[in-house]
Amino acid sequence: MINYIFKRLIGLVPTLLGITIITFTVIHLAPGKPTDLQTQLNPKVSLQARERMEKLYGLDKPLHIQYINWIKKLIKFDFGRSFIDDRKVSTKIKERIPITLGINILSMLLILGIAVPIGVASAIKEGSLFDRSATVFVFIGFATPTFWLALLLMSYFGVRLGWLPISGIRSLEFEYFSLLQKILDISWHLILPVFVSSFGALAGISRYMRTNMISVLGKDYIRTAKAKGLTETQVYYKHALKNAMLPIITILGLSIPGLIGGSVIFETIFAIPGMGRLFFTSVMARDYPVIMGILTIGAVLTLVGNLLADIAYSYIDPRIRYK
Amino acid sequence: MHTKAKAYKQISILTSLVLILTGFVLFTGCENKKTVSLEYSDTGPAYGDAIVTGSIGDATTLIPIVASDSASHDICSLVFNGLLKYDKDIKLVGDLAKNWKVSEDGLVITFYLRKGVKWHDGHPFTARDVEFTYEKLIDANVKTPYSGDFKKVESLEVVDDYTVRVAYSQAFSPGLASWGMWIIPKHLLENEDFTKTDFSRNPIGTGPYIFKRWKTAERIDLIANTDYYEGRPFIDRYIYRIIPDQDAMFLELQTKGIDFMGLSPLQYKRQTHTEWFRKNFKKYKYPSFGYTYMGYNLKNSKFSDKRVRQAINFALDKQEIIDGVLLGLGRVCTGPYPAESWAYNKGVKPTPYNPKKAKVLLSEAGWCDTDKDGWLDKNGKRFEFTLITNQGNQQRALVAQIIQRRLKEVGIKVKIKILEWSTFLTEFINKRKFEAVILGWGLGRDPDNYDIWHSSKTKEGEFNFISFKNKEIDRLLDEGRRTFNQDKRKEIYNRIHKFLYDEQPYCFLYVPEALPVVNTRFKGIKPKALGIGYNFIKWYVPRKQQRYTR
Repeated sequence: MINYIFKRLIGLVPTLLGITIITFTVIHLAPGKPTDLQTQLNPKVSLQARERMEKLYGLDKPLHIQYINWIKKLIKFDFGRSFIDDRKVSTKIKERIPITLGINILSMLLILGIAVPIGVASAIKEGSLFDRSATVFVFIGFATPTFWLALLLMSYFGVRLGWLPISGIRSLEFEYFSLLQKILDISWHLILPVFVSSFGALAGISRYMRTNMISVLGKDYIRTAKAKGLTETQVYYKHALKNAMLPIITILGLSIPGLIGGSVIFETIFAIPGMGRLFFTSVMARDYPVIMGILTIGAVLTLVGNLLADIAYSYIDPRIRYK
Repeated sequence: MHTKAKAYKQISILTSLVLILTGFVLFTGCENKKTVSLEYSDTGPAYGDAIVTGSIGDATTLIPIVASDSASHDICSLVFNGLLKYDKDIKLVGDLAKNWKVSEDGLVITFYLRKGVKWHDGHPFTARDVEFTYEKLIDANVKTPYSGDFKKVESLEVVDDYTVRVAYSQAFSPGLASWGMWIIPKHLLENEDFTKTDFSRNPIGTGPYIFKRWKTAERIDLIANTDYYEGRPFIDRYIYRIIPDQDAMFLELQTKGIDFMGLSPLQYKRQTHTEWFRKNFKKYKYPSFGYTYMGYNLKNSKFSDKRVRQAINFALDKQEIIDGVLLGLGRVCTGPYPAESWAYNKGVKPTPYNPKKAKVLLSEAGWCDTDKDGWLDKNGKRFEFTLITNQGNQQRALVAQIIQRRLKEVGIKVKIKILEWSTFLTEFINKRKFEAVILGWGLGRDPDNYDIWHSSKTKEGEFNFISFKNKEIDRLLDEGRRTFNQDKRKEIYNRIHKFLYDEQPYCFLYVPEALPVVNTRFKGIKPKALGIGYNFIKWYVPRKQQRYTR
C-alpha cells in the first residue's frame, strides 16, 4: 500500500507540471496586460512610463522564459509577488483563506444537515405530498439567483426589520469587543451569507441522497431485514442509510478543492473578503502571479483529493485492492 | 381520475409556493418608513465622532507616487500633502509650499516650503523630502506611472532646508500643477526597496489624518492628526469600508452602516425620496471632472470628412441621451475641459438637435439614399459603422443604443459591439481597429491635454488614438504649455475648445454629475466648484449628535 501511495505521489509531479504549463499559457494568451488597469487611458501616464513598468514586471521577456522563471521560484514554494500591489502571493492568499474556508465548511454542514434528512424522508415516502413539495422547494432554491435572494433578504432582515447586518463580517466597533462578543458578532454576520450559499446547493445533495436511498431500499437485504421483523427505524437508519451514504462521502471527498474557492457573486454582495473576490479581481487585472498561485493550489488540492478518495475506497470497500 | 387528481395536487402546491414567494417579494418591496426622531439642529463645531465611507474597491498601495487607483488616492489624499493643491475654485494654492515663484522665462520654479510641518512620526518635513520624492519619481526601478511630467525637469536644487528650485529646459506650465504630487518621507524610505517595503501598507505622511490599520478588502482606518498644520480636523476617525456591490452599499447607507457614498442616478432620482431619507441624509450634486464622448477613427474615410462628423452632431439629441441614461443628471458637453474650470469656453453653445440639417450636410458630403432602401449610400456602399465600447459600463451601452436609433433616422446604420476592458484596449483601441468608440475621459484640474490632441501622440498605446492631426491645435497646445499666465492660458484653451467643437473629432456628449450623499449629522459642508471634499477637515458633528464616541 505504502509503495502504491509513493508511486502515485511521484506520478502527480508530471501531471501538476502539465497543468501549470497549460494554465500559464492560456492565461497569457488572454489579450491585455497587467499594466492595463493601472495605466491605460490615464492621460497622466505616458507610453514610456508604461513600457518601463512592463520591463519591471519582466513582461518583455519571451513566454517560455517567464514560465521557467516562475517554476524555478515555485520549486522553493515561492509564488512570487502580485503585480498589482507587490505583496507576496502567499500572504494575499493566506489572509483570504480562513473566511472562505469557514463559510464553506459551515454551509457544507448546513447543507448536509438539511439535504440528507430531506433526501431520506423523500425516499421513504416516495411519491408522497412531502416528497413532491420537497422537490419543488429544493429546485426553487436551485433556480433562485444568489444575488437576487441575497438582496431581498438584506433588504428585509437588514433594513426593514433591522435584525441582521447587511454586509461585512464584523461590526465597526469589533476591536473593543470581548472574546464572546466577537464570536457572537461574527456568527451574527455570517447568518445570511451561509444561508444564501447553502440554499442553492440543497438540491444536489438531497436529490443524490433520495436516489441512492430509493435504490438501496429496493435491495434484497432490505426485504430480508424487514421480513425478519426489524422495526422501520432499524431498517432505514441502520441498514439502508449507511449504504446510501457511501456515494455522498465520495462527493464530499472530491469537494475538498472547492472549499477554498469562494463565490464571487455572493462575496461581492455581502462584502466578504474571500478567495472568490481575490481571484476575480486578479483575473480582471491580469495579475498573473496571483492567478497562477490560486490555480496551482487548486490543482494540488484536486490531485490530492483524488488520491485520498482512491485510498479511502480500498478501506471502505474491501473488494478494491491496489498493487 | 386518479392521475388527474394527482396532477391537480401538484399544480396547487406549485401555485401556493409561487404565491408565497411573490408575497415575500411584494412585502419586501415596500419602501422603508422607519421614523427616527433625532434632533438635527446645529449646535456648533465640536471634535469627535467618526465618518464611515463606502467604497466599491479596495486600495492597492499607499505609496502615493506608485498608487494609481481611486481608492488608494482617496486614502493618500488624507494622509499626504503635495507642495501645491487646488482650492475650492479650482485655483492652485500652496500646501506644503507656503508660496512659489516662477521666473520671467518660465524656466525656473522656486518653492518656499512651510516651516514647522512634521511627519506623523514627529520628524520635521524639509526640502530633502521633496528632493527625495523627485528622485524616486524619475527612478527607473520605481513602478510609478507619473514619471512623464517629472522627466521634463532639468534639475532640482535644494537651496536650503525650506527652499527648492526646479529648473526646466523648456517652459512647462502644467509642470507647476504636477507638484501637487504627494511628498513622501526621505528618512523612512531612503533605504527601502519600493517593491517590497512595508510602507505601502503602513504609510506615514504629513496630512490631516494618520494611518492606523488596513484590513484587506474590508476596511481602512485613519485617525485625526491633532498636530496638523492647518489645524486639527474635527472628525476624529475616518473609516473606509469596502463594499463592492453598489446596491448592498445603498442598503448599508439606509441602516446607517455608512455615512457617505456616491449615488447612482437611479438611486438619486427614484430611491431617496422618503421623508425618512430626507431627514437623515443630504444629497449633493455637481459636475464631475470628466466627460463622455463618441470618438471617430479619423483614418477611416467615412469620418475624415468634417461635414459627416458635424451631421452626426446635429442628428444626436444630447439632452435626450442625458435624460435617458442619467435620468437628467448630467450636462451637455461642448469641449474637453472640466465644466467648472476657467478653461471651459462658456461661449461655445451646443448645437441644437436638427436631423434635417444633418441630412443636408450628409448629402453635401455625397451620402444620399440612391437605392431608396432607407440607408444612405455613396458609390454603391451603404453608410454603416460599428460602434464599440467597454463591458461593465451600463451607461455607455445605453448611450450606444440611443445613438444607434437616432442615426437610423438619418439613414446611418450602426452596429454595437461591447468588449471586455483589456481586450477592448489592446486589440481595438491601441491597434486602431475601430470605426467609432464611446469612452469617457477623467480630467485633471489643469487644462493641458496635449497627450490627447497633439499630432505627435498618435503612436500605438498613446492617447490620440483617433489620429487627430491639426497644425493649429498643435501650435495652441504647445503655446498653452509654455504660458504660465492664467488669463493668457484661458484665451488659448478657449480657442482650442471652440475649434474642437467646430471640427468635431469627438462628438462631445455629456458631463455626468457627481452625486454624493452624506448623513445629516455632518455639518460644515459647502459645495463649491471643486466639489464637497475640499474642506473635509472642517466638517464636524455637533456634540449631541455624535454617534461613535469610543
